[in-house]
Order: sequence, then C-alpha cells, then structure tokens
Amino acid sequence: MTTPMVKFDNVTKSYGALTVLDSLDLEIAPNEKVAIIGPSGSGKTTVLRMLMTLERINDGVIYVDGEPLTHMQKNGTLVPADERYLRRVRGNIGMVFQHFNLFPHMSAMKNCMEAPIHVLGLAKKEAADRAAELLDMVGLGEKKDQYPSQLSGGQQQRVAIARALAMRPKVMLFDEVTSALDPELVGEVLNVIRKLGTEHNLTMLMVTHQMGFAREFADRVCFFYGGKIAEQGAPDKIFSNPEEERTRQFLSAVLEAG
Amino acid sequence: MFWDWNYVWEITPTLLRASVVTIQATLLGFVLAAVLGLVLAILRMSKTGWISVTAAGFVEFIRSTPVLIQIFFIFFVFPEFGIVLPAMAAGVIALGLHYGSYCSEVYRAGLENVPKGQWEASTALNLSPYITFRDIIIPQAIPPVVPALGNYLVALFKETPLLSAIAVLELMQTAKILGSQSFRYVEPITLVGGFFLVMSLVAAAFIRQLEAYLNRTLRNPGGAR
Repeated sequence: MTTPMVKFDNVTKSYGALTVLDSLDLEIAPNEKVAIIGPSGSGKTTVLRMLMTLERINDGVIYVDGEPLTHMQKNGTLVPADERYLRRVRGNIGMVFQHFNLFPHMSAMKNCMEAPIHVLGLAKKEAADRAAELLDMVGLGEKKDQYPSQLSGGQQQRVAIARALAMRPKVMLFDEVTSALDPELVGEVLNVIRKLGTEHNLTMLMVTHQMGFAREFADRVCFFYGGKIAEQGAPDKIFSNPEEERTRQFLSAVLEAG
Repeated sequence: MFWDWNYVWEITPTLLRASVVTIQATLLGFVLAAVLGLVLAILRMSKTGWISVTAAGFVEFIRSTPVLIQIFFIFFVFPEFGIVLPAMAAGVIALGLHYGSYCSEVYRAGLENVPKGQWEASTALNLSPYITFRDIIIPQAIPPVVPALGNYLVALFKETPLLSAIAVLELMQTAKILGSQSFRYVEPITLVGGFFLVMSLVAAAFIRQLEAYLNRTLRNPGGAR
C-alpha cells in the first residue's frame, strides 16, 4: 500500500470539557477526493482546521505525506511541533475558507502573489506569471487587477482558490466554500473545483452541504456525527444505501430542506 | 495702552523662532509615540505571557502618572543613574513615552478589529508573523484609527508648553522670558495661545484629509462596495 497523503492517528480535540473530535482515525490516499458531511457541531470543520494547523490537537498525531505535521522528531521521540517546524511542513496544505478571507487591500493578482513571493521566494515576475495563469484557470483573467470589494462572492471565492493553488500544495482543504454564496453563484465555484479534480494532482478534503456535488465529485464520503466518523464509503453507497440510522436521518433532513 | 502693536512686531520674530522648537518637539515626540505605540500594541498581543503582561503593565504605569512628573523624572532623576540628557531630548522622550502608551491602546483597537479570517488566511498561506503584520494586518488596522491617532498628535502638541518646566526654549518658555524682560505678558501669552489655536485647527484639517486619503487607497481600494 502507498503512503497515505493524510493520516489522522487517534486524534482528539477538545475545548475544555467539550470533546469535538474523539480518537479520530482517517487515512486519505494521494489524489483521493474526500467529502465530509454531517450535522453542525459534528467536528467536520475542525478536521480541516487541525490539518491546516489553525487548531492544536490534544492527542494523537496527524501525518501529511508520511511526515508528522502536528509533531516533530526530537531525540527519537515525537514532541509537539514548534512554530518553526510548522512553517516548514504547513506548505503542503492549502485551504479555502467559507468567507473567502481575501486580503481586501490587495488586487486579485496581489492576493495570489503575496505568499509565493514571501514564502516560496519567487521573483516578482515569476509570481505574477503564476498568479495570472491561475486566475485565467479560474476564469478571472479579466479581473486580475480588481479588488475583492469589486468582485462578486463567487468571483472572490475563485480568487481564493487561485491564491491557495499558487502555493502548489499537495492537499487542498475546502471548508464549506459555497455556503456563503448566493445560490446562482454556487455553480461557478463548483465548476472550478471539478476542473481542479481532473487537471491537477491534488488530494482534496471538502466539508460541504452540497450533497449532489459530493456524490458526483468525491471518491469517498465520510459522515461525521458527535466527533466520530459514523459511516464512510463510496458516495453511491452512502447516499443510496446508508447502513446507519443516523446517516439516514441526516440525509433525509438535508434532502427535505432542499 | 492695553495692547501694544509695536511690541507685537518686536517680539514676533523671536516667537516664530521658538515655534520652530515647539513644532520640532511635537513631530519628534509624535514619531516616537507612533512607533513605540505600535510596538507596545504588538507586544501586548504576544502569546508569551510575560511579554504581554510586561507591555500592558508599562502602558498602565505610564498612563497613570502625570506627564509633567515623567518629564521631571527623565531630566532630573535619570542623571542620578548616569543618563544625562539635554532638556529637549528629555522632553521629547517623555512626551513620546506618554503619548506612545495612549497610542498603543488606539493601535490595539485597530489590530483587534482586523477579522480573525485574515490571520487564518495568512497562516494557511504560511506567511511569517513579520510579513503577516507588515503586509496584511497593519495596512488594515491603521487607516480606521488615523483620526484617533491624529487627536493624540494635537493633544501632544498642546502639551509641549510643559517642556518650559525644564527650560526648553519652546514657545511658552520664550513667552515667559519675554514677559519677564519687558513686564508685558499680554502680547506674548496671547500670541502663543493664538499660535496653538491656529496650528491645532490646521492639524485637524490635515488629519481629515489624510483619513480620507487612507480610506481611498488602503481600506477600500477600487472604491466599490
């Protein structure tokens, strides 16, 4: 078996007395597209935030591409990673947020150039070429000099995808990326993600409420409930023939809401 | 005669020369305050406990003691510890420290108002803390607080007469010397007051312009919303 691209090994996350994730084990293969679904408060966004190192974990280890992410080797044992180590390993991961989080004082181009210049050390010209190419890819070549406030939500989210891709991550995280969008803008963002899936070698994890998209796009669907994976499997099986009662209840509630 | 125009013309050049000292003290003091305030505000945000507590304690200490005492302390007490400063330097440092601690609270409000998502996006892009502050956080935190910082610039300007207490030859000290030489205080003190009034109004107008400019270029570039 190949080394998993992402591996959660017995990971627990709690805030005080509240356990958000309970001894999570999850392996994701290179290039695999995994959709994470579940009711709110089930810990699904926390999975992405821990992987992006936005949250520290309380127990367990997360590995990315065979290397520990949350911990580092010291004298032969694993100790919690320090900031310097995180800066080295975090580059494998890119994230797109529900509320875009574009830098409002920078044009679309500058948003995509900032990190490649200052983190990867790219020359300005090189970063500009890369940014222009990615903005073309997400269909915003014409808008590259516009500022976020001049773009629609869907356009902002596509810039955010281009910005994350400019760092050439191996793993891309999508955290409810269409939830803040007006319905008519959802399609353009999902189309970009589809395109990424076919044209790039990327491992993708997405937390989503778009069940249709999850079914069509994902290789595997994980249903989270109460900080655990209650059920996982191929999309067809999860959506057509779920084994767990909780999965059935969740899906029928979501489908009823339309 | 209550008001002597001849005397006014006679002392005007002397007062104008002294006003240069007042403006120098204001600008140097405010540059120090603006830089120190930002540094203190950032230190207060540190996750390392003793750093943020020390910075917060320093700010509280400076804000809770009168600036006149701080001026005296730096000028008269520091020499006991071997730090001898010229009056102007001592005065500028005292004003800079005092207003720096006020400015740090203003910066802190500005920094805290930058949405959390901006920090998270910076982490997700692996930007270093330095680049995050320099390119992402500070350009968004400062424009909204420019008016408040400007108020402190005007306040600091109006406190410069305190430097007369350690014999800095700024406007107030010069006016007092002129008065004691001629026994006429009406003209010099009135002129000094008028000067402060005019300069404060000019500074306030300038700050409004600057605020509008920053809003256009940094905060809401492109103009649309």
